[in-house]
Amino acid sequence: MTVKQISVFVENKPGRLAEMAALLGQQDIDMRALSIAEAEDFGIVRIIVDDAYNTAQVLKEAGYVFSITPVLAAAIPDEPGGLSRILDLLGENGINLEYTYAFIAREKGLAYMIMRVTDNEKAIEVLSGQGIRLVCQHEITEI
Amino acid sequence: MEHYYQPEIECASPEQIQAWQDERLVETVKHVYEHVPYYRDKMDASGVTPEDIKSTRDLHKLPFLTKSDLRDAYPYGLVAVPLSECVRIQSTSGTTGRRVVAFYTQHDLDLWEDCCARAIMAAGGTKEDVVHVSYGYGLFTGGPGLNGGSHKVGSLTLPMSSGNTERQIQFMCDLGSTILCCTPSYAAYLAESITERGLRDKIKLKAGIFGAEAWTEEMRQDIQNKLGIKAYDIYGLTEISGPGVAFECSEQTGMHINEDHFIAEVIDPNTGEVLPDGEKGELVFTSITKQAFPLIRYRTRDICVLTRKKCSCGRTHVKMSKPMGRSDDMLIVKGVNVFPSQIETVLLNKGYPANYQIIVTRENNSDQLEVQVEMTQEMFSDTLGRVAALERELIEAMKAMLGIYVKVTLVAPKSITRSEGKAVRVIDKRNLY
Repeated sequence: MTVKQISVFVENKPGRLAEMAALLGQQDIDMRALSIAEAEDFGIVRIIVDDAYNTAQVLKEAGYVFSITPVLAAAIPDEPGGLSRILDLLGENGINLEYTYAFIAREKGLAYMIMRVTDNEKAIEVLSGQGIRLVCQHEITEI
Repeated sequence: MEHYYQPEIECASPEQIQAWQDERLVETVKHVYEHVPYYRDKMDASGVTPEDIKSTRDLHKLPFLTKSDLRDAYPYGLVAVPLSECVRIQSTSGTTGRRVVAFYTQHDLDLWEDCCARAIMAAGGTKEDVVHVSYGYGLFTGGPGLNGGSHKVGSLTLPMSSGNTERQIQFMCDLGSTILCCTPSYAAYLAESITERGLRDKIKLKAGIFGAEAWTEEMRQDIQNKLGIKAYDIYGLTEISGPGVAFECSEQTGMHINEDHFIAEVIDPNTGEVLPDGEKGELVFTSITKQAFPLIRYRTRDICVLTRKKCSCGRTHVKMSKPMGRSDDMLIVKGVNVFPSQIETVLLNKGYPANYQIIVTRENNSDQLEVQVEMTQEMFSDTLGRVAALERELIEAMKAMLGIYVKVTLVAPKSITRSEGKAVRVIDKRNLY
């Protein structure tokens, strides 16, 4: 019940993100979501892609430093209030959210929340128990 | 009018200086051979006995001493008197693994302070002056050396130490400092700050004695113009005593080496061969009046030229040029000695590969040290906080090793310039030499 997020080290210099995006594009890798956490001199680019395995191969060959992290992806109705219910549940159960970002699948009318939490198993139990639908890598690939 | 602290010495005839050097060298060599096993072993290994050294003409027979000897003999191995006779220790700034500790008897401190007093008087200092010492105090020799010299001259001494620019300027205005002693980069920074605050008319400075790092003629002009002073260079190293080994006079065309205490040679750094005056090479010092920590033919790694041209100031001691470079990879940043190997040690200690590059710049007359470290899989995490924490850890470890702030920049793997497969370790953008 997790999806594979790929986090890539990119220098905080003009053109570096473009280089990475171009590389993935050339290899027909489709990004579902992208988020960047930036420090002064570098950034961590987090992406959700259609094919995590292939992406890892491509990045490795190009000499990037990256990691693959299992994160949670919750499908929520694309309407007001959808997010706060999830956040409340995590808070009430003492699960710390390290970071989160979202993307929308227009055809399905759904929003997907990507969540990196300290304890995946507990979060899955809590969220699934309350009827929140967590999706797996397969669904991400299909979008 | 030229002022001298010890005119009979500073303006002695070349024959007199030669006689002092011959006599004192013979005594010093005998002294270390008898009291320092490290020297005895070194001399025995080179097949030289104290009897072979009859004058400075025999100096070349003695083996060189290097920083690595000082490291091997750390901490007491080169001390030539019982520790109970020593009254002071000074050290080079926070350089673990390369630390130099120097020992002084009261006699040694007196001679060192005399040297600094000569420098202060050569810069026009008298007992009427207020000497503002903004060199660091503590293990660093800058503060204690100039402080002692200023006392000897009888000047009113302001032991400011470094930092706290606001207070420096306030005291300078309120207490009428007339001679400023600090690193040239700090002098330039102070000059800038004073100009910005429109306080140029409130200060009474007439001269500055600036050393402990390389500076250019352009920087001298800039400081002189901004502060309306005459800026004098001073040279020294902890191993040999501290500041005051050589100092500039009113002619400002090089620094007179205190030859009654130190014999200077210039050698070819590759062959060790002694070069004639006027040729560029590595400066080598032999201290001939020190009791506790006399160094014989110590290789400074500073590249310079010696000249015996008659000086208009009346002093007769040989002059050395400003150092023109180094014969090793040591950098001097903010007056602190930095070796690339120290950066390497920090990285290896943390379990990271030593893929790094040191970039030194001078912004607003202040040195900045940046270390670029190539990112590795092991150092990486998807969480920014963890990578940032690791960066902070590196900054702290480098600060602990070097004693100064180092900006750490994490860069992409294989992004550091390599020339013919060998990484370029240091990029010094300051153009100091």
